[in-house]
Amino acid sequence: MKKGKKNRTNTNRSRIQEFWLQVRKNRTLLLMLLPAVVLIFVFAYMPMGGTILAFKQYNYKDGIWKSPWVEHIFDNFRFFFISGKAGTVTLNTFTYNLSFIVVNTSLAVGLAIILSEVKNRFFKKATQSVIFLPYFVSWVIVGSIAYNLLNYENGVLNSMIRALGGQPLNIYFTPKAWRLILVLFNAWKGVGYSMVVYLAAVVGVDTTLYEAAEIDGANIFQRIRYVLLPSIKPTIITLVLLDVSKIFRGNFDLFYQLVGSNGALYETTDVIDTFVFRSLLESSDIGMASASGFYQSVLCFVIIIVVNTVVKRINSDYALF
Amino acid sequence: MSESSRKKSSGDVRLFKAIGYPILILFALICVLPFILIVSSSLTDESSIIQKGYSLWPRDFSLSAYRLVFENPIRIVRAYGMTILVTVCGTILGTFLNVMTGYVLQRKDFKWRNLFSFYFFFTTLFSGGLVPWYIMIVRQLHLKNTIWVLIIPTLVSVWYIILAKGFMAGVPYEITESAKIDGAGDFQIFLKLILPLSKPVIATIGLFTALTYWNDWYMCMLYVDKKDMMTLQYMLYQLMGSIKALRELASQTSISASTMPIESTKMALTVVTTGPILLLYPFVQRYFVKGLTVGSVKS
Repeated sequence: MKKGKKNRTNTNRSRIQEFWLQVRKNRTLLLMLLPAVVLIFVFAYMPMGGTILAFKQYNYKDGIWKSPWVEHIFDNFRFFFISGKAGTVTLNTFTYNLSFIVVNTSLAVGLAIILSEVKNRFFKKATQSVIFLPYFVSWVIVGSIAYNLLNYENGVLNSMIRALGGQPLNIYFTPKAWRLILVLFNAWKGVGYSMVVYLAAVVGVDTTLYEAAEIDGANIFQRIRYVLLPSIKPTIITLVLLDVSKIFRGNFDLFYQLVGSNGALYETTDVIDTFVFRSLLESSDIGMASASGFYQSVLCFVIIIVVNTVVKRINSDYALF
Repeated sequence: MSESSRKKSSGDVRLFKAIGYPILILFALICVLPFILIVSSSLTDESSIIQKGYSLWPRDFSLSAYRLVFENPIRIVRAYGMTILVTVCGTILGTFLNVMTGYVLQRKDFKWRNLFSFYFFFTTLFSGGLVPWYIMIVRQLHLKNTIWVLIIPTLVSVWYIILAKGFMAGVPYEITESAKIDGAGDFQIFLKLILPLSKPVIATIGLFTALTYWNDWYMCMLYVDKKDMMTLQYMLYQLMGSIKALRELASQTSISASTMPIESTKMALTVVTTGPILLLYPFVQRYFVKGLTVGSVKS
């Protein structure tokens, strides 16, 4: 009995020694990792711990860790859920992201296929460059372009309507219109990027397969349907799955730059991210802000795990991790 | 191949082109027209914009918007300086860190590579969200209104680490191994042997990082409220959003606030802030395309 205990302390000691030996052996590699490890700890792991704010009555003096707990566990969540806000912003986030995925993917794949059939090199390069261009400008610019096109006083759309003798549209007070507008502007900015990725996949398709189909008498539509699309299917599925795993994460840049703090449009344009942002910085309701943010973090985490588990079961090649 | 089948194939190709080309051209036009609209409006006389709206071709040519912007450009010059400083520092530091981290995480002889890989990867699955992140930076780290806040929180990107890791896993391990036998240190090996072999992935990460820093307005909106520390994009956002801020800009020039061309000035400011990107675009575009191709193969 006594001997056994002694042995265990011995193995413990040697394990610690072994650990320090490994640390010494790998010290340069560990030092090379250190900056990134520290930065990730400070800017990712500490905020993760900070999600306990959702269950605290935050005050400036006590800070995140020492502020008192709420009386009833879901106090901070109450207003967010009872007011119906939670439902609205969750549904908005989900439906917008779903439309973005469908619209952007079909446009990007379609354009990539058309572009791959273009034989004239100059025309091909020029169109590709032009379609990729919006990806490079900031969302601030996108917001201002939207305003130039749509505003009531001198927007392009309304100038055209006036010139044709029609009644100008007050788009910034028409919530429903934004369901379409936001999808269009998101496509405008993002399709070029995905198109380039899909084009790379199309170019990578085995040409002998394609030529064989041609010799067998398949017309171009059949070749696309039966050779090209199946060949780029893995790329499409991978990219779509990545987007699906982020389906409850709203594109803050898009919504904030195009809609901003225009309360008239919130009903159809408010997503979880904009709601959290406003609760934090405009109404300074830290309790509700951290509660709704916590709700989003958990939702995102759950959806990633669910998507990954389902995909793994169907076809493990496409699993995210 | 018979004559008839060749004819048939050219017929369906023609149909494909008849449908496909108009779609392609239409989308390309939609992508480029807004830029033409902005440039044209910035060169149009204000009264013409107010009476007839924006147009694709400047109807009443006028440079008064640019005169206003350049007469006292101190604010714009300062924002340019700030943006360039943040972009250069952030890109160099960020690219170096991400590539170096990626290198260590794929070293086969590094005992804890899986542990650390998971440490980084987990942050892409779960995030604390805006609120604790914001409070941490403002209240605990006191980074508000410092230049650091625009650079440091976004330095490390797990996606770029994964990209670099994937690329470097393709660099033969024998290079590292033989250099180790010759007595070279790990950092020396990385700096002298691995970095020169990793130019494609460095270029990709560097360019995308630079673009992100250049176009950032969000960090500046959250953490900076001093006027002389504003970056270009956020300054533009502020000037766009308030006529008051625009009037302030005009008050430093000889143009009176009441007659200042508001709409065309907004457009001129947009041109001035986007200019560098549009000028560089034709030259750097293909590197981005290449980078996406490298990335898509790996991910």
